[in-house]
Amino acid sequence: MERRRVAQDARRAREFEAFVAGAAGRLLHAATLLTAEPPDDNPRARRLLTLSLAHTYACWDRLRGEDPYDRARAYLATRFSRAAWHQYGGLGALGRSRPHPASPLARLSPQERLILVLRLYEGVAEEQAAALLGLPLERVHTICDRATATLLHPPRRATPAVLDAKAVSP
Amino acid sequence: MNRPQREAAARQIMERAPATVPPELYAEAVRRGGRMLRRRRVAVRLMWLLLFAATVAFVVWAVTARPWVEPPSETTPPLMGW
Repeated sequence: MERRRVAQDARRAREFEAFVAGAAGRLLHAATLLTAEPPDDNPRARRLLTLSLAHTYACWDRLRGEDPYDRARAYLATRFSRAAWHQYGGLGALGRSRPHPASPLARLSPQERLILVLRLYEGVAEEQAAALLGLPLERVHTICDRATATLLHPPRRATPAVLDAKAVSP
Repeated sequence: MNRPQREAAARQIMERAPATVPPELYAEAVRRGGRMLRRRRVAVRLMWLLLFAATVAFVVWAVTARPWVEPPSETTPPLMGW
């Protein structure tokens, strides 16, 4: 019993190390895009990735042929969407932690970032993204289109002034 | 600009400037994951133990109290003089 446990631990450690060596870079980039932090200073993205990798490690023996990358990505996405409301504030720009201007997705709201990263950067199918986030398919489609448009044709500089005025007035 | 072109352009913007993975991230993930695993193991063991204790308690109670035996009558007087 005890010897089997030790052997299982060793095998899990070996497989997990290989998995992290291959997948951590891509997942960290996705997490950095989600939290809209600059690539060289991304504490929140690192924390998000650490938690999702720890979760993957904990259920490694029960994966039964399922792709660990999928599991880690799904955990990352759901955790971010749950935390987004508290950490970033529902209104995006008025939240406690504003997106850093150096990030390419700084103009988008957390939900737009999440759907854009899942759909385009990670290449998840629309149906799977909708099921993962618990949103209707049409809504995912619309948000993805709108986020792409905002990303490619950024609006004029007027928006921050309006938001600042709103934040100052009671 | 049609949809595939737009999506390709967005993808290109997102793929710029990849972040480097800090070396301590792996160790931290293993530490947290191992802790979760150990806690889960302890919780499962505790649940089995509780289930076992409950079963034993039930069996002991059933053997001593014998709830399936009809209790002796306490209201009617015993039949005598027939």
